[in-house]
Amino acid sequence: MTQPILEMREITKAFPGVKALQQVSLTVAAGEIHAICGENGAGKSTLMKVLSGVYPHGSYDGEIVLDGESVAFGSINDSEARGIVIIHQELALIPHLSVAENIFLGNERRGPLGLVDWNRANSEAAELLAQVGLHENPTTPISALGVGKQQLIEIAKALSKNVRILILDEPTAALNDNDSEHLLHLLRTLQERGITSIIISHKLNEVEEIAERTTIIRDGRTIETIDMSETGATQERIIRGMVGRDLSHRFPERDHAIGDEVFRVENWTVHHPTQTGRIVVDDASLSVRAGEVVGIAGLMGAGRTELAMSIFGRSYGRDVSGQAYMHGRPVSTASVPEAIRHGIAYATEDRKVYGLNLIQDVRKNISAAGLRQLSSRGWVNGNEELEVAEKYRADLNIKAPSVLSVVGQLSGGNQQKVVLSKWIYTDPDVLILDEPTRGIDVGAKYEIYTIINRMVAAGKAVIVISSELPELLGICDRIYTLAFGRITGEVPIAEATQENLMHLMTTEKELVS
Amino acid sequence: MTGIANIWELASRNMRQSGIVVAFVAIVALFSLLNPTFLSPGNITNIVLQYSYILILAIGMVIVIIGGHIDLSVGSLVALTGSVAAVLVIKGGQPWWVGVIAALVVGLLAGVWQGFWVAYVGIPAFIVTLAGMLLFRGLTWIVLESISLSPFGGPYYQIANGFQNGLLGGMGFDVFTLLIFAFGVVGFAVLQWRSRLAKLRYQQAVEALPFFVAKIVLVAAVVMWFAWQLAHSRGLPNVLILLAILIIAYSLITQRSVFGRHVYAIGGNLHAAQLSGVKVKKVNFWIFVNMGFLAAVAGVVYSARMNGAQPSAGEMFELDAIAACFIGGAAVTGGVGRVTGAIVGGLIMAVMSNGMQLMGVDQSVQQVVKGLVLLLAVAFDVYNKKRASTAR
Repeated sequence: MTQPILEMREITKAFPGVKALQQVSLTVAAGEIHAICGENGAGKSTLMKVLSGVYPHGSYDGEIVLDGESVAFGSINDSEARGIVIIHQELALIPHLSVAENIFLGNERRGPLGLVDWNRANSEAAELLAQVGLHENPTTPISALGVGKQQLIEIAKALSKNVRILILDEPTAALNDNDSEHLLHLLRTLQERGITSIIISHKLNEVEEIAERTTIIRDGRTIETIDMSETGATQERIIRGMVGRDLSHRFPERDHAIGDEVFRVENWTVHHPTQTGRIVVDDASLSVRAGEVVGIAGLMGAGRTELAMSIFGRSYGRDVSGQAYMHGRPVSTASVPEAIRHGIAYATEDRKVYGLNLIQDVRKNISAAGLRQLSSRGWVNGNEELEVAEKYRADLNIKAPSVLSVVGQLSGGNQQKVVLSKWIYTDPDVLILDEPTRGIDVGAKYEIYTIINRMVAAGKAVIVISSELPELLGICDRIYTLAFGRITGEVPIAEATQENLMHLMTTEKELVS
Repeated sequence: MTGIANIWELASRNMRQSGIVVAFVAIVALFSLLNPTFLSPGNITNIVLQYSYILILAIGMVIVIIGGHIDLSVGSLVALTGSVAAVLVIKGGQPWWVGVIAALVVGLLAGVWQGFWVAYVGIPAFIVTLAGMLLFRGLTWIVLESISLSPFGGPYYQIANGFQNGLLGGMGFDVFTLLIFAFGVVGFAVLQWRSRLAKLRYQQAVEALPFFVAKIVLVAAVVMWFAWQLAHSRGLPNVLILLAILIIAYSLITQRSVFGRHVYAIGGNLHAAQLSGVKVKKVNFWIFVNMGFLAAVAGVVYSARMNGAQPSAGEMFELDAIAACFIGGAAVTGGVGRVTGAIVGGLIMAVMSNGMQLMGVDQSVQQVVKGLVLLLAVAFDVYNKKRASTAR
């Protein structure tokens, strides 16, 4: 190991009532790519906030040593002055401002009289964009770019601050495989220029691919630091460290008892809500049977969410055409209440924006879609509501102090369980789950899969949309592939492999362009 | 769970609410120390009458604010509805109830108008009601032909100035008032007891029995004391009866009805509400229709109390009503708030205005103090939220 550029020694950080970090140590060598793995709530983000000065010196115990000298950051500005830049999971870009304006935000290129020198800013921005391999005009507004490109702009912004240690919190969580690949490639390029990276990730295959060393944190303590070049430094070993148990079965077993068809859509076509003439979902047909888990695989932008949301009460797009059938009978799903009444439920991919009322308690979130069952003549039975909430808290193992706890304070996995409770309580026949395990940790994922299994065991039909092919391969009976708005394949699980799915997911490209 | 722990949990969960009640009690105590006449029967009656229309507006406004909107037009609408009633009753010689019904219809129509633009056209409520503020004020001038009308006299006047007194005779105090309040207290105790039993049946946590009894006794004592004061003065004000009905009805609507739930859901997360099957447009529409209705009720009460209609009636009422909601713990971003909170918030402002008037504090200083109270109340709220979010 080369000279350590950074050492965090015995960091302890306590919040009222909780010890988030207990004597966590982290040593990062100069120029390496260092991964940090741990379940949600393990303390990874807290550790990075300590490092970047979000939690100022004095609010934690322990020592941070940078280049061999002890440092005390009072704010994020102090850490950035020393070349430590953190890129958060939720990107901090302003949509209406241009690329260049975002890159130099708070760090504006000044000319005479202290006014912003836009020519200089734009030309320097263009240079930075080239460095991250992005061919965009610096005056383009951020909102015109996809998430993958926005991520690269965050990195360009970091480069403009002369970054030496780049911290990325879940950088690829929202990216498709191509963009992820590009990002990881970029990190290696930066490494050649001597930039050290610390990457927090749940995607263990990426960690395996890119990291030189991996530090595992569990329950606010360092478990171990693994040299990834060692033999035996596998994903399984990381998982073992993260959950503290052997998760040889990442997917729970289930009996495959498939019954009659429950739900079917035919010739489903959806147009883009604002760009006239653009077809987002093109003539899609699919069906799902009782007791069956059907996967929809597709790259980002393939129209997966658009397909699901347009089925669910025309919540996306316009000029939606096609027919939905429930138990063989044609049904209209033109509004959300109608869709719910016909037994369709849709749990969104973005639970914070579309799924939950974060300032409301667990109980009222669970009952939000099923108030009809809890009320008579417009009045809600509050006691029964509490009982229902308690039942789901126990059934789905929602870890919350009480059903009266505010949902915004729960971890991602528990929030997802609240979303699932809400939809299961509406007693749907078909449950559409859009990225049900996005951003949640390995242990909670397993629980979500168990819940899916229980749903199909009860004779429900489940449609799972996911970016993670191993997940679809692990839980589905049948997988549809979606590419550029078209269904390009239908593969029984026995024949499905990552390779043939990926091939189908990219196959239609030539046809459309 | 022990009773004491339970009390603390309840208290901390309801901090936004209980903090404001504590502040209210402190302000009342302060003024009664500074000025002995503050808690006199006459003055207590006065406070209720003087501020009743703001409280009525605050009930509607808090629902608007929970839904994530704002309504700037209610002051103008108070003027418009009052003037319509005045033109019919004073100029047209119609009976008092024609005036009342006409005012309510005008209020509902105004609500339909604003609800249409907000809910179905999708224009932000701030803009729609800013336009409404100008629109309804202009219409008031047109209706009144820019001159004041007075007096109403008769039953219309009695709506806001009359009392129920001597219905059951009196011995230096009004028996009827005391009986009504006693009924209220018993009803409150019975409801509390039933809800406690229901909670126990559904295996929910409840406070220990001594705490429960102490709570009921305390509330009963305060309420009966208040009744005693009223009974010694002029009896039970009509407005207070109206106010009590509105508070009970709207507390139930916001806390227990599906409509109320939907309002909270929309204010808390519009997208999530939509995807949970809430008919957002319909709910938003009815929020504004309801606000128009309550503005009309306030308009009737205000014009009756003023015994006439003026072109400039109700100016700045919207701001008082909005301030009452925010002092009472409603969140600027929507999704949070309670009718009782808005009422207590309104009462805090009422008590402060009245107390300072009694002490002869200058009008200008009163404005300064009110402004500071609004700011500090919201600052306290923000501070509380921050503490809550870092506490995990």
